[in-house]
Amino acid sequence: MPELDRPATHAASVPWWNDRRVRSVLYQIAVVGGVVALAAYLISNTLANLESRNIATGFGFLGREAGFGVSESPIPYSPADSYFTVLVVGLLNTLKVSIIGIVLATIIGTLFGIARLSRNWLVARFAALYVEGLRNIPVLLQLFFWYSLITEALPGQREALNPLPGVFLSARGLKLPEPVWQTTHTLMLIAFVAAIAGTWALARWARLRRERTGQLFPTVKAGAALILGLPLLVWLLGGAPTAMDMPELKGFNFVGGLTVTPEFTALLVGLVLYTGTFIAEIVRGGILAVAHGQTEAGLALGLSRAQVLRLVVLPQALRVIIPPLTSQYLNLTKNSSLAVAIGYPDLVSVANTAINQTGQAVEGIAVIMAVYLTVSLSISTFMNWYNRRIALQVSR
Amino acid sequence: MSRPFEETPDQIFAREEEPSEGHHLPPKPHRRSVLWVLGAWARKNLFSGVLNTLLTLFCLWLLWETLPPLISWAITGAVWQGDPAACRAAEGACWAFVEDKHRFILFGIYPFDEHWRPLLAMALFVGGLAVSCYPPFWRAWLAGLWAVLLPVCAVLMWGGVFGLTFVSNDQWGGLPLTLILSVVGMVLSFPLAILLALGRRSDLPAIRAVCVGFIEFVRGVPLVSVLFMASVMFPLFLPDGVTIDKLLRAQVGIILFTAAYLAEAVRGGLQAVPRGQYEAADALGLGYWQKMGLIILPQALKISIPPLVNQFISMFKDTSLVIIIGLFDLLTTAKTALSDPQWRPFFVESYTFVALIYWGFCFFMSRYSQFLERKLETGHRRT
Repeated sequence: MPELDRPATHAASVPWWNDRRVRSVLYQIAVVGGVVALAAYLISNTLANLESRNIATGFGFLGREAGFGVSESPIPYSPADSYFTVLVVGLLNTLKVSIIGIVLATIIGTLFGIARLSRNWLVARFAALYVEGLRNIPVLLQLFFWYSLITEALPGQREALNPLPGVFLSARGLKLPEPVWQTTHTLMLIAFVAAIAGTWALARWARLRRERTGQLFPTVKAGAALILGLPLLVWLLGGAPTAMDMPELKGFNFVGGLTVTPEFTALLVGLVLYTGTFIAEIVRGGILAVAHGQTEAGLALGLSRAQVLRLVVLPQALRVIIPPLTSQYLNLTKNSSLAVAIGYPDLVSVANTAINQTGQAVEGIAVIMAVYLTVSLSISTFMNWYNRRIALQVSR
Repeated sequence: MSRPFEETPDQIFAREEEPSEGHHLPPKPHRRSVLWVLGAWARKNLFSGVLNTLLTLFCLWLLWETLPPLISWAITGAVWQGDPAACRAAEGACWAFVEDKHRFILFGIYPFDEHWRPLLAMALFVGGLAVSCYPPFWRAWLAGLWAVLLPVCAVLMWGGVFGLTFVSNDQWGGLPLTLILSVVGMVLSFPLAILLALGRRSDLPAIRAVCVGFIEFVRGVPLVSVLFMASVMFPLFLPDGVTIDKLLRAQVGIILFTAAYLAEAVRGGLQAVPRGQYEAADALGLGYWQKMGLIILPQALKISIPPLVNQFISMFKDTSLVIIIGLFDLLTTAKTALSDPQWRPFFVESYTFVALIYWGFCFFMSRYSQFLERKLETGHRRT
């Protein structure tokens, strides 16, 4: 509230302990003093306790040898590496499951959110069953369920299910054929990135032209063709390499191929299905929030149904959808820390092992919290930027 | 400015209204057979186009594939009573597992002969909650009811007086523990949340900074790390010789975590109160606490009840995370019951049992929040 400037004569008649400005300063000093005193008390206790238990403080342990293995790692790692390396491995595992999870949960949530609004009664019931069913069950319980289902209900490696040639499903995870990496694949990756950049430029050009001349350009189709076509073209030009590293049963274990571990699968499936229910509700709410008159106005202007959806309804629905969607993305990332309960080596899990080995709880938890804060703030910053971009603008 | 031939909006309105006055009476309905009505409904809702027909057929196929096996697994082929051997022999679900283990899953390692105590405490607790859910009962006597109910529950759980044997809270477990963690967490975090929300909206920069810092920090980290902190670091925080038990540490962690989220819900309510209300309170010469307590908070809290209930639902589910620091809540007992080697394969039954309990509570609460949203929508909201 803006405070009214009082005339000087009034200020003089008010005793100083009733003066609002003096009071506000005193309040703030009291609160800050209280917080600082509490912090000092806790820190001094902690230091005294650490000293009496002979626990060294500081981050020096990060350079020491970790000495424990992790079940999966996107980068080469051995137990001889340092604690710092193992924490990086944990972080990469967290980011891996979070990013894949966010993409899949968005797809599933959007599909079911639209399905729940379907005019088809049966489809709408199915979507409602999924959303209302899974949303009200703790995600940790779902993780345990999926993990048990994979490790207990699936057969062992020797009797692995083989639904497709080269694909094996067993209690030890999913085995997939992996393309042998060649120069062509690197070029394909470059082509893919180039195609995305090209699509972005194309969309920008098409938008500017539409705003200038009113002419439409099939951006979606052209972009899809570019993103899919360019890598395919490179692949064909590179002689269409098809060499695959096939998984093969040797003795008791599979050799070769790509492995998707049961821990990763259970975590991904659990997080995606759980977060998907929330995203479905957000998408449904967002679409319902666009007034029906907007659709009618679009149709009256002569746009097709698809154009109305893409040019009129969706941009307005997105504005309602983005802020809660951001918090769901953050929730998924934070919930990935539940990996510790089913043994997926994410950041919390490896940090927990490190804490148990070194006893440096304060530093370990500080690392976890600092990393999650950074990740959370990055996601919110990006989504806020995106939200501002699509927000209503008076002039462009 | 004015053009003489243009119609005013009123005239347009009148012209649009006109035809529907008399000419467009709906055709008089005549009797149709039930089959015809059903057919018309199906045509409209299931087979209105090619895509819809395909989707309907796909859904029907899905039902055909999943429903009969599900029914035969869960009901007709299930073993309702018996031993693990009978379960292994049968094709269907082993509800005998639940029959055998339900006391452990519901009450954990609480002494077996004393199970009536947590059961009674839980019944009182849930009864109290049910009474509190009914808006006309939101009167002063409700606080009095809880002031009586909570000590009674505590006496039942702990015992040690009136001839009840003492049960340490290390032995509490199952559903009572889940309910205690969530309800006590909610009740105690609520005042803290209000203070944090007020602090975040305060004019005083230092207070605002402290509150924003706390809220954003807690909301940025996962609950697991807060629980880790509660279980590992709290003992370090306290002076030598002072110890608090595991349950209390987890409870403090949950309270601090929930307070940050509730504070955001309350802040939403504070922001939705029209500015004129603040100005009116100032104009009446009310002080800060009078202004907030008498004018702003009653309106703000009313607006924020639905998000508060939603937050409570999510906290109720999140109490399951205490398994990670080794408390015997409902999920932990369900998992521990499976460690009995004889019953090991029947995890689906165990998890289904507790999932239904969680689902029942959460579904009821989410319906309740929708009910409140409709009931409390009195046009106060600033749109």
